[in-house]
Amino acid sequence: MIASFYPRDRHRHPQALTPDYKSSVTRSPRYPLLSIDQTTSERTGPTFGHGDINPGDNDLLLNHAQTGDPIGERIIVHGRVLDENAKPVPGALIEIWQANAGGRYRHRNDRYLAPIDPNFGGCGRTLTDDTGAYAFRTVKPGAYPWRNHGNNWRPAHIHFSVFGTAFCQRLITQLYFEGDPLISLCPIVRSIADEAAIAALTARLDMKTTASFDAIAYRFDIILRGQPATPFEHQLEGN
Amino acid sequence: MPGLADDLHETPSQTAGPYVHIGLTPDAAGISIYGGDLGGAIAGPASPGERIRVEGVIFDGTGTPITDALLEIWQADASGLYPKPGAQTDDDFRGWARAITDFTTGLWHFETVKPGPIVEGNGATQAPHINLWIVARGINIGLNTRIYFADEAQANESDPVLNMIEWGSRRATLMAHRHCDTPVYRFDIRLQGEDETVFFDV
Repeated sequence: MIASFYPRDRHRHPQALTPDYKSSVTRSPRYPLLSIDQTTSERTGPTFGHGDINPGDNDLLLNHAQTGDPIGERIIVHGRVLDENAKPVPGALIEIWQANAGGRYRHRNDRYLAPIDPNFGGCGRTLTDDTGAYAFRTVKPGAYPWRNHGNNWRPAHIHFSVFGTAFCQRLITQLYFEGDPLISLCPIVRSIADEAAIAALTARLDMKTTASFDAIAYRFDIILRGQPATPFEHQLEGN
Repeated sequence: MPGLADDLHETPSQTAGPYVHIGLTPDAAGISIYGGDLGGAIAGPASPGERIRVEGVIFDGTGTPITDALLEIWQADASGLYPKPGAQTDDDFRGWARAITDFTTGLWHFETVKPGPIVEGNGATQAPHINLWIVARGINIGLNTRIYFADEAQANESDPVLNMIEWGSRRATLMAHRHCDTPVYRFDIRLQGEDETVFFDV
């Protein structure tokens, strides 16, 4: 029997309706979410293995290279996936996507004038190791304008999709970069009311992990919902 | 400290945005890096059970189909069992799949087997259902709901989750309806309005 997961602290997450982010107005449910007691359906979830991915999938500098490396600031993004009890989550599938260094996505619906980079696809994926650690190589994405108010610019960001062990832990979020003045201006960032929660989405410059004369590093840890420890667990083992 | 593990609250959600396909279904976005998108095959040919297709459209508050959403499902097999952790591609029943809404029509679909009733540890039985998670531009945190089957009326009546829904009329929003004699179930999702789909805080 798998224990229930801690309830989601909805005050740290964005509300559904955040009118300054206009797309949320017609896409936000208006009834309150219905809280349910977790069942097997919420406590279990799909698992992924190395048969699901390829070894170089986490290297965005190379995984779409045609004629050479992509243009842009070379970066390493790394960190750990832990649960709320600081327990590492090994085998977690992380999928990322991002704009290129000019702020342009390789997507049919992105019509921004900055050019597509022939050597950059913009997606990567990996599985966390036994300590919950993961790493990607990529270029730092550019800021770009978007149609919300007349003059909104997204801060540089990387989208993260994360699986834990249970479907109720499923999470999509965005990584921002320490020191970016656009963070505090962005209506999507500001959909989160809690400043500490916004800080948790801000990757920190990590000089220790920099690859010398190659790539600068940022660290971004991800926390998934945890489960209360079973009080009798250790006692049973000891007896 | 920003972004570090001494802040042990769940990482906050942000919208998947309009370009979610690049990350989660790159082949569908025209980016051939991985050699195939994850989440295509939920139940391989050897999985027992009735083969069904579940399809629908997600409507926004204006009644317009959403054409940039991504959906994931997680379900039990025909005998009501979820795949065990570690079950991977060589197992025929995966229980998990991913689909996108059509770029023009907004129609999404899954090909799967009909799940069986699920017996819980406390002896309660859940009616057959498929767990559904939806993300898109304008959705700040993924929406959780459940697809039940209208032709399982008896099982639905004693389902513990359906019975937590105080309003009988809203329970109806979670019913997939079988299309005549075909194994196709229709499940439309409404984000707002009189028939707003029930979404759960799981």
